[in-house]
Amino acid sequence: MSLFTDPRWGEALSHLPDYLGNHVRVSLAALALGLAISLPLAILTRNRPAPRAVLLALASIVQTVPGLALLALFYPLLLAAASVTLAWFGVSFSAFGFLPAMLALALYSMLPVLRNGITGLNGIDPALIEAAKGVGMTARQSLVMVELPLALPVMMAGIRTAAVWVIGTATLSTPIGQTSLGNYIFAGLQTQNWVFVLFGCFASALLALAVDQLLGLIESGLRLRSRTRTGLGAIGIAALVGATLVPTMGRSSQSYVVGAKTFTEQYVLSALLRDRLQAAGLPATARSGLGSSVIFEALKAGDVDLYVDYSGTLWANQLHRTDIKPRAELLADLKTALAKDNITMLGELGFENAYALVMPRKRAEALGIRTIADLAAHTSTMSIAGDYEFFSRPEWAALQKAYGLSFRAQRQMQPDFMYAAVASGEVDVIAGYTSDGLIAKYDLVTLDDPRHAIPPYDAILLLAPKRAGDEKLQAALKPLLGKIDIATMREANLRAAGNDANSSPDAVAKWLWEKVGQR
Amino acid sequence: MGLVTPALHGRVSAVSPRPMPPRPMIGYAHVTKNFGLLKAVDNVSLDVAEGEFVAIVGGSGSGKTTLLRLANRLIEADGGSITVEGGNVRSVDPVALRRRIGYVFQSGGLFPHLSVADNIGITPKLLGEPAAAISARVDELLELVQLDRAAHHDRLPEALSGGQRQRVGVARALAAKPRIVLMDEPFGALDPLTRDALGDDYRSLHRSLGLTTVMITHDMTEAILLADRIAVMRSGKLLAQGTPAELSKSSDSYVLELLRTPRRQVERLNALLPQSGAA
Repeated sequence: MSLFTDPRWGEALSHLPDYLGNHVRVSLAALALGLAISLPLAILTRNRPAPRAVLLALASIVQTVPGLALLALFYPLLLAAASVTLAWFGVSFSAFGFLPAMLALALYSMLPVLRNGITGLNGIDPALIEAAKGVGMTARQSLVMVELPLALPVMMAGIRTAAVWVIGTATLSTPIGQTSLGNYIFAGLQTQNWVFVLFGCFASALLALAVDQLLGLIESGLRLRSRTRTGLGAIGIAALVGATLVPTMGRSSQSYVVGAKTFTEQYVLSALLRDRLQAAGLPATARSGLGSSVIFEALKAGDVDLYVDYSGTLWANQLHRTDIKPRAELLADLKTALAKDNITMLGELGFENAYALVMPRKRAEALGIRTIADLAAHTSTMSIAGDYEFFSRPEWAALQKAYGLSFRAQRQMQPDFMYAAVASGEVDVIAGYTSDGLIAKYDLVTLDDPRHAIPPYDAILLLAPKRAGDEKLQAALKPLLGKIDIATMREANLRAAGNDANSSPDAVAKWLWEKVGQR
Repeated sequence: MGLVTPALHGRVSAVSPRPMPPRPMIGYAHVTKNFGLLKAVDNVSLDVAEGEFVAIVGGSGSGKTTLLRLANRLIEADGGSITVEGGNVRSVDPVALRRRIGYVFQSGGLFPHLSVADNIGITPKLLGEPAAAISARVDELLELVQLDRAAHHDRLPEALSGGQRQRVGVARALAAKPRIVLMDEPFGALDPLTRDALGDDYRSLHRSLGLTTVMITHDMTEAILLADRIAVMRSGKLLAQGTPAELSKSSDSYVLELLRTPRRQVERLNALLPQSGAA
């Protein structure tokens, strides 16, 4: 199929008003807040070298923190702040999505604004400041009538830099729950949907470019004292903001939010859940690409209404348990524990997506490896790859301890690339997922875990506390419980990992419902 | 006689010393200003009478600019007392003081982001005068400093020649109808012809408007040509003050050397240039 007639372009386009609108909204708010903080600071410190140096140093340090890390940092920070305000004042706020994204981006925007503001104000010919005094201006009048207007072109250049940074970095706010053009990129990367990745990159680059050019027009207008240029630039910015924000205004916020973590299966399942709710007449949107702990906290706080998690993950990460229990017992304990947080565990979907050590079938047979215990003798000459969280999870520690594993090297990888990497021999073993369709595709085998170091990972449907008594919702979801077996899920995941027109999560979700809906 | 000398003599002879009025418009009494260890102004006493045009002459670092700025409190004195129109400058708000004293800056000091009209009207605007009155005043001043209204009113300073900028600078200083004008080397950066014309034009404004003017210059010729009285400064000290004729009787060798310079220049010019009849 030609790249241009690929129907995924149309699907990408259909998300554009939502993604672009949210992207512009969070960028604009962050920039406004950043300006509101840094411009007064630049003015206050213009004649005070010591505080100015401290301020610039702090802003520079913030800048050296990678954008993704800064965004990720604000989520737990706000979560802690929200629990404090709840305890002290009885009010809480959402630490999810817009607020942490805006605050982190605002902080990120401060350095160029601060630096250019100070440079602009300090670069003014002292003779002119003397003249302002000489004609009878007060310090305030001198600032407003002479210094600020003269510093404006330089300040504007800083604002322009900040705007481009914020627009670019806003694409990284997807994992903390802020919808943005990054949704295309994260979803595309996870599901190997290069059309989405391309679309997201182009859209955010175009947005940044347009804003840069328009602000550049204003900047040159200020520099050349041309009202026409300044006016055209301002009108352009206003039109751009208006056109991107208006389509998303006044939307009902009453719709159910279906969360999804950052891997293919989650994208497919969240699309499936959303479709089921919509079919039952309940408005629903999918919020995908959320970090593993972000999504659970978001559910607890009610920012996400429902999502699919895995029993072993919650057991280790949320309950902080290191012991392993039989499957049914673990599920029952989990249900009780979650109920304490008023989270409803509606039930299991029917398949398990466990971590498993995976290697090429031929290699395993040649070395006579069937179980992890067999593997242990070879690990000193082998390398292992896992996803971004595996090596810091308790299961990995448990595995190493139970079997005495000690690999020559360990690498972190984007999950969808791991399978190809182990198939090509780039790494020897991977920590894969049992429900992943790529295991069959690349002729890999999962190694048995005779010492039960890895807990069971049943896919379970979780509901937010505020949806505990929502019978309509539960009725819409019940038909899915127990219906999705591991073979079907693997096939769905394999389809979603493909790179053709039918591989988008939406398309795979429809296929999946056709398969399981009649059961 | 040569090309320059007649004009020089004409100017000097046109000025006659007047009796001092009892109360000076600007009075410095034992004024001192230090910048760290440097004595920028060292125990200076100088009175400027109403209607007088005084030039302060001295090399760079002589303290002449500091002395001028002490009068409108752009710089605060460390010791001594300064009076303006009879009142001690310390007892008035510095901003209000500056608004009633015109100040012409070296090379104009015009605000580059404001039009000629807005530059001229700035002090009346700060004083809260109505826009219509300011606009009328600006037109009047443009005429006074001989700038064509249509060609210059809306221009930005960068589009003006050096001489035009300085005319705007003078107009701005006069906008709030001050009785005193301070000028900091106002014509120093201009080409000789422009400088001559501007000096003459200002001198007649000074007289017709009844201004009291203190001008800083490093150029003794300019001081002799324009001022009624000359104060000579060196290393923060006031070496001598008086009319050019009085100064020529000074016993200070530096003062005499300064006074001799213009004449020597004229003599050299006369020797080098053809006589006026031949030109």
